[in-house]
Amino acid sequence: MRLSPDQRSALTSLWLAGPATLAMVVFIFLPVAIVAVLSFTDYQFGASSFNWSGLDNYIKLFTSSIGQRAITNTLLYVAIVIPFSVGFGLFVAIGLHQMSTWAPRLSNVMKTVYFLPVAATLVAMSVAWQMVLHPSLGIVNQSLAALGAAPQNWLSDRGLVLYTLAMIGIWQSIGYNMVLFLAGLAAIPSDLYDAAEVDGAGSGWSRFWTVTWPMLGPTTLFVMVVTATNAFRVFETVATMTKGGPAFASDTLVYALYREGFVYFKAGYASAITMVFFVFLLVLTLLQFRVVEKKVHYR
Amino acid sequence: MSRKILGRSVQTLLLSVGAAFILLPFVWMLSLSVKPRDEIFTTDVHFLPSRFEWSNFTFALTETDIPLFLWNGLVMVAGILVFQILFAVPCAYALAQRQFAGRSLVFGLVLGALLVPFHVTAIPIFLGFAQIGLLNTFWALIIPFIPTAFGIFLFRQFFAQLPSDLFDAARVDGMSETSIVWRIAFPLALPAATAFAIFSVTAHWNDLFWPLIATTDPGLATPPRGILYFRDQESGDNVGPLMAAAVITTAPLVIAFLLAQRKFIQGIASGGLKG
Repeated sequence: MRLSPDQRSALTSLWLAGPATLAMVVFIFLPVAIVAVLSFTDYQFGASSFNWSGLDNYIKLFTSSIGQRAITNTLLYVAIVIPFSVGFGLFVAIGLHQMSTWAPRLSNVMKTVYFLPVAATLVAMSVAWQMVLHPSLGIVNQSLAALGAAPQNWLSDRGLVLYTLAMIGIWQSIGYNMVLFLAGLAAIPSDLYDAAEVDGAGSGWSRFWTVTWPMLGPTTLFVMVVTATNAFRVFETVATMTKGGPAFASDTLVYALYREGFVYFKAGYASAITMVFFVFLLVLTLLQFRVVEKKVHYR
Repeated sequence: MSRKILGRSVQTLLLSVGAAFILLPFVWMLSLSVKPRDEIFTTDVHFLPSRFEWSNFTFALTETDIPLFLWNGLVMVAGILVFQILFAVPCAYALAQRQFAGRSLVFGLVLGALLVPFHVTAIPIFLGFAQIGLLNTFWALIIPFIPTAFGIFLFRQFFAQLPSDLFDAARVDGMSETSIVWRIAFPLALPAATAFAIFSVTAHWNDLFWPLIATTDPGLATPPRGILYFRDQESGDNVGPLMAAAVITTAPLVIAFLLAQRKFIQGIASGGLKG
């Protein structure tokens, strides 16, 4: 059989782009469709059949106390991590950016230190945090005791555990945000600062508000959305240190989806949790794309 | 002038306090990993042990499966990376440098796939793998990550900047499109490939979610999964070796980061697009 040049070219394109496209359909788009369908059923892993259950799974998630817990915990976690992680990230970036003019070595060393948690294996570091926060053997409680303060059960106190996890989430993400802010700072033309100085903005404080902050605006928005999307996925620290406990005090959406789906094998219910998680993230990611576009326009 | 010095001192002090907070778990982990048993189970604060107890590391490396976990992790991240590149690079090249029916549809799929976090696809993939008996194999750890929309996107952006004359010249010389992809386009894209490799290896070496779901066989555990097996077996008794295991697990990526900081930061920051 002879092929025309056009057909030949089409076959070549199929050979190049086909495998990846097929893999995306099979492992990304088809699963999304299946999980959406499953969320309206009572399917259990291993069962031979299932029943349609309408919105039951979603109603259960939004009305049961455990389901509500997972949602509010996740939102609270995200709400704590965003301002602190972005704020400290900005603060550290500005500090190191200035320091690089008079102590470049020290500034670089600090940059490395702040970025370390991003490269480190979070599960191993969670095991280390567990020892740092250990009720009797941990350095935190030992130091508190030495200062005469009351030791705390950082990971087993219901009122405290989510804040402890958020603190570790902040610890983990400051370095990443710092890097994004440093890139934003490097892109600010220095003559803007000269101009501001001519206009009377002499102190560091007023230079920050007249030049740095407005110029970093788009970067800040971007960093906030990235931080939020990452915080929404919190799983490793929860799975390693608390397993959602005590009494679901640190349960989050992704951990609940893991537990309901793969420990209790409730595929239908876990699919509904997945869909809710997905919608949250979709909104955030679309926001992120808009912000990235804006950032490009801005320049 | 003195105000300047004061300002700098305050700034340095604050940044150092922050850095100390960042380093705290690293230092405590290292400290416990070289402490003798009786110095771990004490309530006095000491960062340095009275003598270095290397037996914690010997124990972790010889009496436990940590070396096996490291090997499993290596096989998994290498497998994922090789297949990701094998699938993504030709597709990205076609999207950037060829005209074909359905090109914008395929690119639309790539952008759509960027919106889907892996967690969303886990349940159906688990069901499918259970159906065909693929759970508890290396393939189960590797296959789901082969389609990488992020990788295709990254390589496409890179290839789109290359002049098309370059590829036309190769075609005139009679090179096949497949060899153009691997002999011309891919070598030129090495900076993008490095950034992608760092991103991919870091993400999958550190991942716990999918290994926790796809494997129950400790013989297949990756480092994060394995360290939890080790911890749960020892039930808090063997803190020294556990911390040594944590150090060993964290070391490869941290050392790679310290050796190639600029590349590392670029690679991971490029993933910010993906989130």
